Amino acid sequence: MSAIPHPPFEPKNKFVKWVDSRLPVFGLVFATLTIPTPKNLNWMWIWGIVLAAFLVVQLATGIVLVMHYTPHADMAFASVEHIMRNVNGGWLLRYAHANGASMFFIAVYMHIFRGLYYGSYKNPREITWIIGILIYVCMMATAFMGYVLPWGQMSFWGATVITNLFSAIPFVGGDIVSFLWGGFSVDNPTLNRFFSLHYLLPFVIAALVAVHIWAFHSTGNNNPTGVPVRTKDLETTKKDTLPFWPYYVIKDLFALALFLIFFVVMVFFMPNFMGHPDNYLEANPLVTPAHIVPEWYFLPFYAILRAFTADVWLVQFTSFVTGGLVDAKLFGVLAMFGAIIAMALAPWLDTSRIISGRYRPQFKWWFWLLVVDFFILMWVGAMPAEEPFATISLIASAYWFGYFFVILPMLGFTEKTKQLPDTVEDAFDEMIEAKYAKKAKALGDTAATPAE
Amino acid sequence: MSDTVTDETASRRDFLYIATGAAGVVTMGAAAWPLVDQMNPSADVLALATRAEPVGDLEPGTQITVKWRGKPVFIRRRTQAEIDAARAVGVNELPDPNARNANRPSDAPADDADRAVDEAGEWLVMMGVCTHLGCVPLGDGAGEFGGWFCPCHGSHYDTAGRIRKGPAPQNLPIPEVTFDGETITLIEEYKA
Repeated sequence: MSAIPHPPFEPKNKFVKWVDSRLPVFGLVFATLTIPTPKNLNWMWIWGIVLAAFLVVQLATGIVLVMHYTPHADMAFASVEHIMRNVNGGWLLRYAHANGASMFFIAVYMHIFRGLYYGSYKNPREITWIIGILIYVCMMATAFMGYVLPWGQMSFWGATVITNLFSAIPFVGGDIVSFLWGGFSVDNPTLNRFFSLHYLLPFVIAALVAVHIWAFHSTGNNNPTGVPVRTKDLETTKKDTLPFWPYYVIKDLFALALFLIFFVVMVFFMPNFMGHPDNYLEANPLVTPAHIVPEWYFLPFYAILRAFTADVWLVQFTSFVTGGLVDAKLFGVLAMFGAIIAMALAPWLDTSRIISGRYRPQFKWWFWLLVVDFFILMWVGAMPAEEPFATISLIASAYWFGYFFVILPMLGFTEKTKQLPDTVEDAFDEMIEAKYAKKAKALGDTAATPAE
Repeated sequence: MSDTVTDETASRRDFLYIATGAAGVVTMGAAAWPLVDQMNPSADVLALATRAEPVGDLEPGTQITVKWRGKPVFIRRRTQAEIDAARAVGVNELPDPNARNANRPSDAPADDADRAVDEAGEWLVMMGVCTHLGCVPLGDGAGEFGGWFCPCHGSHYDTAGRIRKGPAPQNLPIPEVTFDGETITLIEEYKA
């Protein structure tokens, strides 16, 4: 694979030339905006911009919220109420920040499943994919620690349950948990360090986003056909692509505008829809809420964590083989992290040479089953740990691993794939032709229908 | 002779590289350690080691929950029925056969006598932290075994605070305590 030819940067302006020969910043902006982008990208390619926009929303609202928030166990809860009641527009900022996190996760799940369907993780975009998973993990850490800051009951007990996961680590688990807490329970030191890290991680995410973009600007975007853009020379490349500016910038901004409408409707009309009422009770270390539920975006992985209880034969077998070192608790923790690592390994688990799922008839079924599986896990994650939810979550967890570790590797050998288009240009022309044929047919039908 | 000289210069250079590298790693590690160690419990947190709780007016069949080191501690004065129920269970029937009692040897069996504070078995003191994922179990005869029940993930503990059913792996841990008949004193860090 050779690099995609870029249009040359030939500045006329003397100032631009002067700067660019010392620090090629104008060249960088030019190359980014004019990058040849496959011209057949569909509406699933908008989520990157939505994600970038929400990173900015979260940073902006977060930085101003910190100006009014007090990171102390005795005052945090009251300071959040102070933001809601006294600070000018504070309610808006907080609701935008809280719902912005949910929007961020909606967009990232769309983005991830887009990648899984169209094979965006495959050669040559493995590094883009891995960086993406790292961003996702950082997002989860940031969201988790952010949810602790209001110091409500769910904040406190969510933090207790999740930090206690580390106690499952053999031998040093207890010390690690005490190290994370800075004490013997979730308390003021925990709140302070979470606050510090909650402020730090978004900047780490921003840096990773830059690397993510750098990586796929080096390989070129994937596209719905998975067929690489031709790179013989600039003229050939132009047949398969359109410059990012203005075509995709305007398209993405249009999609972003629609998504922002959804966002503001949530913020203004149902700001607590994605929250939990128990978090409007101040944290109390002596009373556990009857039912601890994480935020919706953690539910699928929370379900996997809880699925592997001590009565599952696989857990008993593992415990036996490891001499009791891996008990049910550690097994659940390993399964939860393993579910994310499975996604990260997708580039090497998927043996098919066809990149896009569009040309893989059997893959499609398994993929959509994975999407359904994701929602089932999300649903059982919110349910109490009892039957029939325990069995459902076990089956759903098994499918999650089965998809990555059995189906993806096997399908590559057994599947009969469809004929790929020769070039992106061919696929694009075919699509346009089909569209006009449909329009012409519709018009013809109307013309043929006699007026009443 | 000349061979030895060449070897000597080469090995001296190698030695210097390795020694410099090793010194650099040690220095960096030493410099980084305070940045890591600051996250461990601070002196004031560690200082909250003991708590004395007067329990003289506690009636049999009632319990109190006190906060010690940020965590709840259950202190229960058990009825004779509860003691009998706990003593009727053989250690081999228990998922966790260890007493988990910091006042006993670490391999003490989980029979009721090794769980209770006093010989009669009237007083039971233990951490109110579920050994599964750290929730606070509900008390006063909750759960299928008339002891405690953790609502988070459904762990049942019996009248001696021993795990009987559910995902929790261990019995509720018992911290180091002293009891003079009037006051229960929680001392030092409990050893779970």
